[in-house]
Amino acid sequence: MSANLSAILYLVSGVLFILALRGLSSPETSRQGNLFGIIGMVIAVTVTFLSVGNFSSGFVYVLIFLAIGGSVGAFIAYRIPMTAMPELVAGFHSLVGLAAVFVAISAFINPSAFNLGTPGNIKLASLIEMAIGAAVGAITFSGSVIAFLKLQGIMSGAPITFKGQHLLNALLLILIVILTIYLCSTQSSNLFWILIAISFLIGFLIIIPIGGADMPVVISMLNSYSGWAAAGIGFTLENTALIITGALVGSSGAILSYIMCKGMNRSFFNVILGGFGATDQTSGSQNKEQRPVKSGNADDAAFLMKNASSVIIVPGYGMAVAQAQHALREMVDTLKKNDIKVSYAIHPVAGRMPGHMNVLLAEANVPYDEVFELEEINNDFANADVAFVIGANDVTNPVAKTDPQSPIYGMPVLDVEKCKSVLFVKRSLSPGYAGIDNDLFYKENTLMLFADAKKMTEDITKNL
Amino acid sequence: MEIDPFIFRLSIFILSIFVGYYVVWSVTPSLHTPLMSVTNAISSVIIVGAIIAALSGSDGVVFSLSSIYGFLAIILAAVNIFGGFLVTQRMLAMYKKKKKDK
Repeated sequence: MSANLSAILYLVSGVLFILALRGLSSPETSRQGNLFGIIGMVIAVTVTFLSVGNFSSGFVYVLIFLAIGGSVGAFIAYRIPMTAMPELVAGFHSLVGLAAVFVAISAFINPSAFNLGTPGNIKLASLIEMAIGAAVGAITFSGSVIAFLKLQGIMSGAPITFKGQHLLNALLLILIVILTIYLCSTQSSNLFWILIAISFLIGFLIIIPIGGADMPVVISMLNSYSGWAAAGIGFTLENTALIITGALVGSSGAILSYIMCKGMNRSFFNVILGGFGATDQTSGSQNKEQRPVKSGNADDAAFLMKNASSVIIVPGYGMAVAQAQHALREMVDTLKKNDIKVSYAIHPVAGRMPGHMNVLLAEANVPYDEVFELEEINNDFANADVAFVIGANDVTNPVAKTDPQSPIYGMPVLDVEKCKSVLFVKRSLSPGYAGIDNDLFYKENTLMLFADAKKMTEDITKNL
Repeated sequence: MEIDPFIFRLSIFILSIFVGYYVVWSVTPSLHTPLMSVTNAISSVIIVGAIIAALSGSDGVVFSLSSIYGFLAIILAAVNIFGGFLVTQRMLAMYKKKKKDK
């Protein structure tokens, strides 16, 4: 296959990837978009086989390994519960990162296969691109592994901080730049290995200080990194499909991180430097006077909702943990049978990854046109009769609007307290991730329902 | 004077960042999770590099040092491609509109 033809076909697959993302602008076109993505991938792989043109025994092995990886991937994709989606995505990011590192290593060992020169005499530009691809890939890999462990609960979600952490990270980053420069002048393979090792270390170090509830930002950021790693390798291989995709994924992840940071009213650096939730806890415990709380049972909740004409549901991470989405849908079905209007309000940072709640509700067969984003629904709380907060906490805290001293001051929150009455399903009065008390607990019109989210929802349904 | 092909690739890269920027802003927030899984799947197009690396062995030698890394990368990327697209498909199939007859 001529080089020009394959370049054009790679471009076609790049365009198909753009269309795949474009399709996600609405749920109706999204499935078609995914199909475009698959076609783009098939084209890219086929063109690669044809342009290498080596159909010897190696080709058979490629197909075998492709089948092995493919069946593992397919198996995971069908078996994974929707609540575990953040872990899955973090795990997948780590694989992209590691694949980028392996391709870079292979290109470094055998540059002639990629038309990059000979070992020890690699073209300068290629060497720089390779080093960038390998370094970013390695950071993505180890960072995603830590994110995965934290999300999976194997590693504590609490931020791990130590003195001089930021200084160490900064020094390591500078070291990477210096190593890259030396690598270019000496072409030494030892330097290349050290470069990769330090990058692995950095990925590890930048994720450990970031707490569990900041994971939406971390996952989006690693998503972005995996894109930049792919783009770096794309430059090395002079491959348009990879360059386009890398840029798309890179900017996609960056935008998602931005949206998540905005949802928390924190700067990107504030999140990345980490330690949030560990340092702020003290400020919350200072004024721990006992305030009266009204608590109720499923019967009370059912009574309130039965007499309501509109209910807004506010789901949060707790709903995912309790796997309460199906029970919730059943409750809503019963409410609808009684001609009660129900809608769902989703805060941008609800859950552990962007859009996490939407997927869970979709899984429970909640129609997506009943689910609203913060800006769409926030004015409706004042007209609603009951707000049913299930597994959310900080995102409903009115303190963000009233107390400039609060660590979450300025964060956009759902105006739940404007509802006639608020039902708050929670295990206990313990503060949320930000380590601050939620004023909502003590409001006159709030009824606390202390129980497991799933069990409480089921009980309410029985009492309706 | 001829322009270095690198400049062309850089142009594609920069323009793609802008395309990505506008396309991703138009993605509806309720589909942000599928967006992440699909971007994850398409970034595994890095498999083209892995295939080239795996087939780089000289005559008769299938497993050289460099091709082994290629084969490993193929497995990793394949997990991602199949896993990423299929899980996206699975998620998107769940997004349904309200039934009108009720």
